[in-house]
Amino acid sequence: MTTPSAPSGWLHRVTDSDVWWSFKSSPMTVIAAAATIFIVVVAFLSPVLAPHTPFDPATLSLSDGLKPPVLVSNDGDWIFPLGTDDQGRDVLSSIMYGTRLSLEVGLASVIVAMVLGIALGLVSGYFGGTIDAVIMRIADVQLTFPAILVALLIDGVVRGLISVQRHDEIALFVIVGAIGLSFWVSYARTVRGSVMVEKNKEYVQAARVIGLSPVLIMVRHVLPNVTGPVLVIATINLGLAIITEATLSFLGVGLPSTEPSLGTLIRLGNEVLQSGEWWITVFPGITLAALVLAVNLLGDWLRDALNPNLR
Amino acid sequence: MQSIAVLLTVGLVAFSLFRYVGDPINAMVGQDTTMEQREELRTKLGLNDSAPIQFARFIYNASRGNFGLSYRTSEPVGRLILERMPATLELSLCAALFVLFIGVPMGVYTGLYPKHWSSRLLQAVSLIGISLPTFLIGILLILVFAVSLHWLPSFGRGETVQIGWWTTNFLTWSGLKALILPSITLGLFQLTLIMRLVRSEMLEVMRTDYIKFARARGLTNRAINFGHALKNTLVPVITVAGLQLGALIAFAIVTETVFAWPGVGQLFIQSVQFSDIPVMAAYLLLIGLLFVLINLTVDLLYFAVDPRLRSQGGARVAGH
Repeated sequence: MTTPSAPSGWLHRVTDSDVWWSFKSSPMTVIAAAATIFIVVVAFLSPVLAPHTPFDPATLSLSDGLKPPVLVSNDGDWIFPLGTDDQGRDVLSSIMYGTRLSLEVGLASVIVAMVLGIALGLVSGYFGGTIDAVIMRIADVQLTFPAILVALLIDGVVRGLISVQRHDEIALFVIVGAIGLSFWVSYARTVRGSVMVEKNKEYVQAARVIGLSPVLIMVRHVLPNVTGPVLVIATINLGLAIITEATLSFLGVGLPSTEPSLGTLIRLGNEVLQSGEWWITVFPGITLAALVLAVNLLGDWLRDALNPNLR
Repeated sequence: MQSIAVLLTVGLVAFSLFRYVGDPINAMVGQDTTMEQREELRTKLGLNDSAPIQFARFIYNASRGNFGLSYRTSEPVGRLILERMPATLELSLCAALFVLFIGVPMGVYTGLYPKHWSSRLLQAVSLIGISLPTFLIGILLILVFAVSLHWLPSFGRGETVQIGWWTTNFLTWSGLKALILPSITLGLFQLTLIMRLVRSEMLEVMRTDYIKFARARGLTNRAINFGHALKNTLVPVITVAGLQLGALIAFAIVTETVFAWPGVGQLFIQSVQFSDIPVMAAYLLLIGLLFVLINLTVDLLYFAVDPRLRSQGGARVAGH
């Protein structure tokens, strides 16, 4: 895990690696990576790229409301290429801002789950005994319940603990926390397994003999051995986390409609779906599906590429 | 043992929710209720007793199906759930049948002819199926079959028939029609999962010696494919199918919201929004119980499908 000083050396290390070769030889993965990068870049540059600022009421006009997309109807307007919703908000711009929010929530909750899972897994595997038993029992019980149910419960409990107004303010953190807490188990199990293998090897014993603290041994010596599997779980979880956030927002217990993510946009569109305004729902839906599909394809490839048994 | 541990933990979590989260009185009464009235209600709901007494009462009541009053509607939680249970169970059952009767044959087919173009197509479509969130599938189905084509209803259960306390969809035409879209929505994700699992298991089994030997004995393809190959894929398939049945009931929350299906999931979402803790706690216990029952059934089914386990004199299944 050393980093060479010259950037060109670093680049060569990447292009010469097995992983890069397996990446190049899978066209599907290259497409998925390109799609992911495109969606991420467009989403994060939405304040610059988006044609409208959909959530600034000053720029909205109700007379622009419910315009259909340009390509399917003569009533369309090139100013709003994908049409507008009932408030006159541009669907394309809403999607760009919404995707950014979905990605932010997804990434943040994956990081929360990862940090929590790695920490508990390290502690559990390194110390063993009672603390290990307790952590793994909790993991077993939680694993019996689907993640979405755990996230819903946490959200419901937080709603009970704080007032409605406060909840809207911190909704983002509640969601990130709820999703993060519902995905930690897989990291903890993987890390625990690897730690139990590694901790009896000579290099860890040597580190212990020099008198390094357990924390230092775990972070500097044991942790680097589990980066591969953890990375795979993180990629697969990113897709799941984005879906979970969208589902929670769709159910109306996620982010408030003043700050719509893709899930919220789909929910708002679903309310007018019966009257035939399909574009308000369908375009955010396609974006969500494309994003998750691309991330899942990357995750699948990464799992195979980093698995030595399949090479 | 594992099952009892799970149930106890869930019970404890449910009780802590019930007891310590939020002030139920505020949720139930209006602004103009006096302090005395609040205190009276508090005593009536038993919120003034000590924690161990409340926990004992909670477990005792729960075991008799009594979960107290809903903070939102002030109705008994047990009755609220019981009224809505048939809707969810019928929906989950239909989805499960859809998964098994479509997913397993599709898996067998793609496993037998992995190189055929239709298998490749199914495989690609299944990847998209895994990436589509449940609620999006529901919305797309509604858009096509209800809004554009007007073939099927987009919300509610249609007409139902009351048999005792159970309301059923199966006996009316409109009830059956109302089941189609929600069942497909609920089952599609599990369908792709089961299909992929059966496919990979079939691929594995078809390479084994006893299949070659069965061919050499001149058995028909049909007998080999279903009698020998499929039977040997059943143990992992049953494990996953059992887990997925639990997931079906949990994901019914989403499907019921999309289709305005009056089931337990919808009740749960409403209780999360209003932070109606007794309903959440009861739902949690119920789901925990269901998961435990499913796990037990799966363990028993192992013995039914795998004769090797029966001859071991009831040794516990390990490693599956």
